[in-house]
Amino acid sequence: MPETAALLAHLESMWRIRSFEEEVTRLRAAGDIVGSVHLCNGQEAIYTGACAALDLTRDAVFPTYRGHGWTLACGAPPHTLFAELLGRATGINGGRGGSAYLTAPGHGMYGENSIVGAGAPIAAGAALAATFDGSGRVALAAFGDGAMNQGAVHEAMNFAAVRSLPVIFLVENNHYSELTPIADMVRVDRLFKRASAYGFPGARIDGNDPEAVRQAVAEAARRARSGAGPVLLEAMTQRIVGHYIGDAQHYRPAGDLDAALAAEPIGRLTRELLALGATQAELDELTARVDREIADASARALADPLADPSTVLEHLYA
Amino acid sequence: MPETKNLSYAESVNAALRRALAERPETLLFGEDVGAPGGVFGVTKGLRKEFGERVFDTPISESAILGGAVGAAVFGRRPIAEIMWADFSLVAFDQLVNQAANVRYVSRGALSAPLTVRTQQGNAPGACAQHSQSLEALFAHVPGLRVCLPATHQDAYDLLLSAIWCDDPVIVIENRTLYHAGKQEVRLGGEVRPVGGAAVRRPGRDVTVLTWGALQHRVLEAADRLAADGIDAEVIDARWVRPLDLDAVLASVRRTGRLVVAHEAHTVGGVGGEVLAAVAEAGVPLRCPPVRVGTPDTRIPAAPGLAAAVIPSAEVIAEAITKSVRAQGPSSKLVHPTGFDLVPWCAGMS
Repeated sequence: MPETAALLAHLESMWRIRSFEEEVTRLRAAGDIVGSVHLCNGQEAIYTGACAALDLTRDAVFPTYRGHGWTLACGAPPHTLFAELLGRATGINGGRGGSAYLTAPGHGMYGENSIVGAGAPIAAGAALAATFDGSGRVALAAFGDGAMNQGAVHEAMNFAAVRSLPVIFLVENNHYSELTPIADMVRVDRLFKRASAYGFPGARIDGNDPEAVRQAVAEAARRARSGAGPVLLEAMTQRIVGHYIGDAQHYRPAGDLDAALAAEPIGRLTRELLALGATQAELDELTARVDREIADASARALADPLADPSTVLEHLYA
Repeated sequence: MPETKNLSYAESVNAALRRALAERPETLLFGEDVGAPGGVFGVTKGLRKEFGERVFDTPISESAILGGAVGAAVFGRRPIAEIMWADFSLVAFDQLVNQAANVRYVSRGALSAPLTVRTQQGNAPGACAQHSQSLEALFAHVPGLRVCLPATHQDAYDLLLSAIWCDDPVIVIENRTLYHAGKQEVRLGGEVRPVGGAAVRRPGRDVTVLTWGALQHRVLEAADRLAADGIDAEVIDARWVRPLDLDAVLASVRRTGRLVVAHEAHTVGGVGGEVLAAVAEAGVPLRCPPVRVGTPDTRIPAAPGLAAAVIPSAEVIAEAITKSVRAQGPSSKLVHPTGFDLVPWCAGMS
């Protein structure tokens, strides 16, 4: 059944991200990974659906510091990401990017960004290049709801609009701008409506449904590739973990986390697949296989040599 | 085919841009008012008409301009972005410091951001505090960026081409007082040189005066006046403050034994201090304490009479050079006419 096969592929992608983040949590607790780490648990459907819609041999994704999921959904090998977070020589950026500034250009992923909203104008620049190079490239700038209050994002949207650049602005609305509810920081919390002020379409989509995200991004990409300009998609989702590892989330009201857990995409897609006739054993086999893949990748990365300090000054200039 | 033309500084910049757009199809030229209007200083005049869509106007959105340049550069374009006043770059400093400067390093060379930012800076009569600053030290502080300040018509042409040809992000800081202040013979069409390299503007025996940017014309004026008093100053134009041609400075200072660094930027935290530190670290013996001449710690006032009291004049520069040459020992104290110290340094060195 092709529909079930597609959904199983979505489940596998989402589970790979979840399993990766859970292993990262263990490595952070053990002290193997140090420093600030921002997990994306609960938001996996967005990365999975969006990347399924893009042609990553030419399209370019510009995520945020909450970007492990984007990088995995783009196809970067988990081993190279663990190694990056662990400061290993085999890290995808040799330990220079870390958790919050990964880049995987070989997989269409052109850099997390630890400066909120800063990737939006860069994505517009990648799209600007596409209007000259005939590549048909679409640039996808992903950022959180909080980034909608950054000047750079506003500038990027107007710039992309006025030049009809092939950009998809994708807001991962998880309701929290770091630790503060987005509703307290905007007068109008239907963020997609800002698109009309710039003169391009905006839509609010179900960010917990990878298939809905895939369809919306595919349509936005088709439109952008045709020369019609940017689109703003507001994907509604939720974090089921803190803003960073160690965030006690005392700012979340009673029941908020339970509601998020009830809505998160992996449980939801699992229920859908079971209703469509998939068996629990089949799904268990899938998740166990992915878990083994993640555990192997983590173990390999832990055994890899640390990045070589003698190389630390390399690649500053051409 | 190389040729020589009589051009203004602005026309020299224009000629470099025209050559880059003609020879490098991956170049783009954009910024506020640079397209159809030809730039607020007329520097980009005619380029939109000649090169069409590759030359275009942008919204007044410095983050979009510089971020757009970063993104386009990563994807094979060679953007030349204009930031109308250096002061305006601060609105979008993130895109230079946190973004452009990191691209190559974090990707270990897999990506690069070969972009050029053209801007202009400095005080001119009547300019307010937000249109007067000399900010090269802010850019030069950032590993990953390259920074030059062309001060001659020939350098306006040559350094800009070196910047555009360079595969790193380069900030080219021009000066609006130079744009239309007379014409000079400029050699066009020559070889595009790699970045870096100072130039001796006036050879001399008694004291090394390192300078850059438009202030060098005041330094040369001061040096010419001092020649009548028997002081033979060597004036070196750094041209690039990152990379700084320290070898040229050290070679000169080894001969003269005296060092004055003169720049329009604020003295505190400026590149002049970096030069003095580098000379000290190199262990070059000096016959008197080195001197920095720059704008003292103050905001820049609009009234020409007030601004003139803080921006170094030829007189102030000449006085500093004279005191350096006449100084008998480490105790000599140099005082700015406004009462600000000229920051004598390294007491005890002889």
